[in-house]
Amino acid sequence: MAEAIQAAPAPQAQPTTWAGRFLDSDIWASFKRSKLTMVAAFVTFLFMAAAVLAGLAPQDPFDPAQLDLLNSRLPPLWDAEGQAPFLLGTDEQGRDIFSAILYGLRISLAVGFLGVAFSATLGIALGLIAGYVGGTTDAIIMRVADVQLTFPAILIALLVDGVVKSVLGGQLDGMTTLSVLVFSIGLSFWVQYARTVRGSVMVEKNKDYIAAAKLIGLPAPVIMFRHVLPNVLGPVLVIATINLALAIITEATLSFLGTGMPETMPSLGTLIRIGNNYLFSGEWWIIAFPGVALALLVLAINLLGDWLRDALNPKLR
Amino acid sequence: MTIRSKFLVAAVATLMAGVAVPAMAVTLRYANQGDLKSLDPYTVNETTTNAHLGHVYEGLTRRGKDLSIQPSLAERWEISEDGLSWRFFLRKGVKFHNGNPFTADDVIFSAERVRAQGSNFQTRVPTNSEWVKVDDYTVDVKLKSPNPILNSQWDTWYILDKEWAEANNAVSPTPAAATTPSYASLNANGTGPFKIESHQPGVKTVFKANKEWWDKAEHNLDEIVFTPIGSDATRVAALLSGEVDVIEPVPLQDIQRVNSSANAKVLSGPELRTIFLGMDQTRDELLFSNVKGKNPFKDKRVREAFYKAIDIETIKSRVMRGMSTPSALMIAPDLFTYSKDFVRPKYDIEGAKKLLADAGYPNGFEIGMDCPNDRYVNDEAICQAVVSMLARAGVKVNLMAQPKAQYFGKVLKSGNYNTSFYLLGWTPGTFDSHNVLHDIEGCRDNPQSSRGESNLGNFCNKKHDELTDKILVESNKEKRDQMIKEAFQITFDEYGYIPLHQQALAWGVSNKVKLSQRADNSVLLYWATKE
Repeated sequence: MAEAIQAAPAPQAQPTTWAGRFLDSDIWASFKRSKLTMVAAFVTFLFMAAAVLAGLAPQDPFDPAQLDLLNSRLPPLWDAEGQAPFLLGTDEQGRDIFSAILYGLRISLAVGFLGVAFSATLGIALGLIAGYVGGTTDAIIMRVADVQLTFPAILIALLVDGVVKSVLGGQLDGMTTLSVLVFSIGLSFWVQYARTVRGSVMVEKNKDYIAAAKLIGLPAPVIMFRHVLPNVLGPVLVIATINLALAIITEATLSFLGTGMPETMPSLGTLIRIGNNYLFSGEWWIIAFPGVALALLVLAINLLGDWLRDALNPKLR
Repeated sequence: MTIRSKFLVAAVATLMAGVAVPAMAVTLRYANQGDLKSLDPYTVNETTTNAHLGHVYEGLTRRGKDLSIQPSLAERWEISEDGLSWRFFLRKGVKFHNGNPFTADDVIFSAERVRAQGSNFQTRVPTNSEWVKVDDYTVDVKLKSPNPILNSQWDTWYILDKEWAEANNAVSPTPAAATTPSYASLNANGTGPFKIESHQPGVKTVFKANKEWWDKAEHNLDEIVFTPIGSDATRVAALLSGEVDVIEPVPLQDIQRVNSSANAKVLSGPELRTIFLGMDQTRDELLFSNVKGKNPFKDKRVREAFYKAIDIETIKSRVMRGMSTPSALMIAPDLFTYSKDFVRPKYDIEGAKKLLADAGYPNGFEIGMDCPNDRYVNDEAICQAVVSMLARAGVKVNLMAQPKAQYFGKVLKSGNYNTSFYLLGWTPGTFDSHNVLHDIEGCRDNPQSSRGESNLGNFCNKKHDELTDKILVESNKEKRDQMIKEAFQITFDEYGYIPLHQQALAWGVSNKVKLSQRADNSVLLYWATKE
């Protein structure tokens, strides 16, 4: 008899700390199961760390006083003509490719995160309003979104970038150019957030807890942001991760086309544009390393985004 | 006949028609790093644009492969004893592309238009000269002062059709700073060996051979297709793959690659163009600088410091890969005998710092720089090198590198010389020093005169200008050269400009094409033949 009592499993204790709850979650379990995701997360982490620690690089490529023409076009260190400290060689201005990649990562990630934050804020706000208020407001917001969806995002980014720059006019410094990039990328990606949030809000707003909140007389903005929003954030997180990669690629494309970061303050896209001029002349390292860095970064973030989408999708569990 | 056999007959007929075309039309494809922005021949005085338009338009004179002056729309000319009156006898039977006959009215109209507001070619015709039609094919030019080199730049002063211009609201020239295109900037009607078939700015321009041209054509082309290709690698790839037949310039890093290929080679040679840096020495406060209330460039020490901070030999070896000739003068050595008497002050970064400190800028200052990025060989790379060299002297330069269309619109006269510090290249249109002394180094202070039209920073010295006027009328070569030397010495001593170098010509030419390279870097395809 005593044996039988012992056999009944004791109910597992719920972890109480934040970290404990996380380690106990389905997401963590799914993460641990996927080797690829772990690699992707590691690579992403590495790139972010590199961007944060860029200040430790052997050269500040944005400071023209540190560039020496005499060091120009050196091959990577392992080549017979390579010179320390230029690990991955130098470009035509004597810019250390390794340092330039670290600083370029900083710009790419900054534009990526800020662009996503901007587009997510805009998209979520518009989506909440459209879904919650409905009627004419909904129709107007969603028709604007539909129209914007018919254009490729890069085209909109180019358009916004061109218009803002001609309005500002004159000589733009690095920070202004960066803000313009964030603004133009943000404006071109808000639609997905708005549509997703609107859809979720339409479902949520008919549930009982919303009815209850309305009943006790809470004002609409409070209901929208305090009650509805937390319940629709899951899909937004997935879109944000995938859009981070897209925003980085868009910034690189704009810079590659010459409308993004200037050559005196290069991002990864600008470095690829510079290197593109040397495709035929044997100076392959100027384009190869920034290109590889950009590809790896975007691939890693995309893999993370894919995994997150699957992990948060109850149907796939 | 059944329907089927009818169809067959039709098919065979179509096939025959295809076969019946005598020979394949010869098309030459040409790519330049920069665009052909405007077809109006008075908008930008720039060699590439002038060369493009030289296929369509003609001047009263033209220049041969050796740059010698030849008669063109004017068959011959006479100069009066006192040198104040020139008579031009125009060629008869010449027709514009729209069929209008070429007459004295067109010449007089063009002389008015080229001097009008918005023209970048005002130096071509003396402002106060008087143009008189004697008859339909004779024109007199009355001058206020003798000018022995009056017609030396007329090869690029193109004659327009008066009737066409008046009918199409194109009487006034299109300024480079114009934001909306005029009729004349999108259409052309010249007398030259090619007609414009279509023109899409930034995309492509198609020239068709003019079968009714008055002179015998040296080329065997039916069509020229011009495409701007800004990217170095793409331009080279297009040449190597045979997609285009001629490119200008071949990027310095790819010269070897092109020469080692089986289907193209590089035509190279010294160019007459001088690349230099100019500084705004006229405004009381610079437009683009953190120094307020005064203009640092008015202080000679600052100009000298900038000059000495630039290590031209390193620019030559690294940026230009040895393909440049550092210059102490604003003119190429081939064009002025005493060039070798001038030696650039040595690169001296400590000296530069000391000069800046003496001038009251021990911590340097900030300045904006304008630079084209599709005009000269490695123009933007040179500017970036200048930025980093000046940074060592403590001067922070904010570089604004733009395509030439925007760049010229900003810095030239029509853009109100909107610059503080800039890079420019200049080949004297007359291939003579007077042009440099007058257009580039002359004072801009008299609005009635075209002197200093391309002196964007308005370096100004009265003694220099007096010499320039004497040089114009001096006929003794030795005396003239001495005066030229004296005038150049003033600019040199004042650090009025910072000459950098003469770049090298590098044209990529397919093995199927034969063409002549002219030392002023004009790509003139009416001398080209293609297999």
